[in-house]
Amino acid sequence: MATGEPLIVLDSVNKWFGPLHVLDDVSLSVGRGEVVVVIGPSGSGKSTLCRTINRLEPINSGTITFDGQALPAEGKALAKLRSEVGMVFQSFNLFAHKTILENVTLGPVKVRKEKPAVARERGLALLDRVGIANQADKYPAQLSGGQQQRAAIARALAMQPKAMLFDEPTSALDPEMVGEVLDVMTSLARDGMTMVVVTHEMGFARHAANRVIFMADGQLVEDAPPTEFFANPRSERARDFLSKILTH
Amino acid sequence: MNVLIDKFDVFAGGFWLTLQICLLAAIGALILGAVVAVLRISPVPPLRAVGTGYVNIFRNLPLTVVMFFAAFGLPALGSNADFLRIPGLDLIFSRLGTDLPYFRFALIALVLYTAAFVCEALRSGVNAVPAGQAEAARSLGLTFGQNLRYVVLPQSWKASVVPLGSVIIAMIKNSALVGFFGVVGDLSQTADQLTSAEGHAFVPVAIGISIGYLIMTVPLGALLDHIEKRQAVAR
Repeated sequence: MATGEPLIVLDSVNKWFGPLHVLDDVSLSVGRGEVVVVIGPSGSGKSTLCRTINRLEPINSGTITFDGQALPAEGKALAKLRSEVGMVFQSFNLFAHKTILENVTLGPVKVRKEKPAVARERGLALLDRVGIANQADKYPAQLSGGQQQRAAIARALAMQPKAMLFDEPTSALDPEMVGEVLDVMTSLARDGMTMVVVTHEMGFARHAANRVIFMADGQLVEDAPPTEFFANPRSERARDFLSKILTH
Repeated sequence: MNVLIDKFDVFAGGFWLTLQICLLAAIGALILGAVVAVLRISPVPPLRAVGTGYVNIFRNLPLTVVMFFAAFGLPALGSNADFLRIPGLDLIFSRLGTDLPYFRFALIALVLYTAAFVCEALRSGVNAVPAGQAEAARSLGLTFGQNLRYVVLPQSWKASVVPLGSVIIAMIKNSALVGFFGVVGDLSQTADQLTSAEGHAFVPVAIGISIGYLIMTVPLGALLDHIEKRQAVAR
């Protein structure tokens, strides 16, 4: 594991939605244990970028490699790869007909074929870690947004993934609940989880990221450590973006 | 109106035969329709094409034409639909096992036709489940089959059950056609028999068979209303 080989590598990735070039020759590599925050204006392709890594969005050209292996096409091999990449969505997407604990244990039991008792024990420990152990037997609709998103993080962690993808995890939350979700993410980052985080939370980017990626119009415009990026953005586009969001 | 009392056994016999064909056709159509629905939402394009082709053909042909193909096409192909002579099942549904194949032909036509509508009712339920549910399941590594079984279908059922019921009610009414394709003694053919052959007045006979159909369809409709109300409360 301690090799210098990166965990996630995107090489010249292109993707179109009809005539719209959403990913324009994007190359990026993410090392093991690295936390990469992707920022940029709406429609810049940052969510799409995040979703290509576990092939929720197929790409038109280029290659994506995860843990030394090219992303498989549809089928069992792809399912196996996805089980090793945790994903957290903007709209939580907890299974509405299952309790929080059932949400967390479904993957381990059905995908990993773990014994239900083992999965349950780890599931409860994870719910405890994200601070909602007392909600284990409730249904998603009975929880606040912040609690639901923390449950979704626990669900992804239950698969013991090699990396975690976060697609705007706090964008659908009430402001007072953003903090509790970011706290969980920060603690994950500190524990050495490899993370790709699409977000508008500049505070999180500043203190938790190893690198900040700035995207605009489908292109990867800047790739720099957060201190450098926020102090001296090199591109006009990034300066313009930062001036708009940091003035308030 | 004496015909309703005098010929009660004939009406009852017609009712029983229509009920038999409807029970069998409903089971067959639900199974085949579920298979076609899985094909239509499969991630494999050729399978999707097969499912879509099936629905496009059988949803868009008149049932009468499908019946014609079953009643005249199958014999031309040398088939008596003998695979439907299912041992055991033909003890209850005796027409399955008769040498005269028209009950089996009509059953095949009704199943093929109704399955297209069952497929669409099931699919509308699947489409009512937010896309994020299936995406979350996929991102956990669940396969297509596991995704359907553990995540999508349990949630789609609620949205499917009322349209499915309407499809089955329509099927019960459509079964009135089978009498014109060689099936002797179902409810509608009973009417033909009593009026044309035995000279009974048409209106009382029509009232008699209407009651027969309503006994099957009205409780089903009431059940659907009940389910719908319960869902409205749960929401």
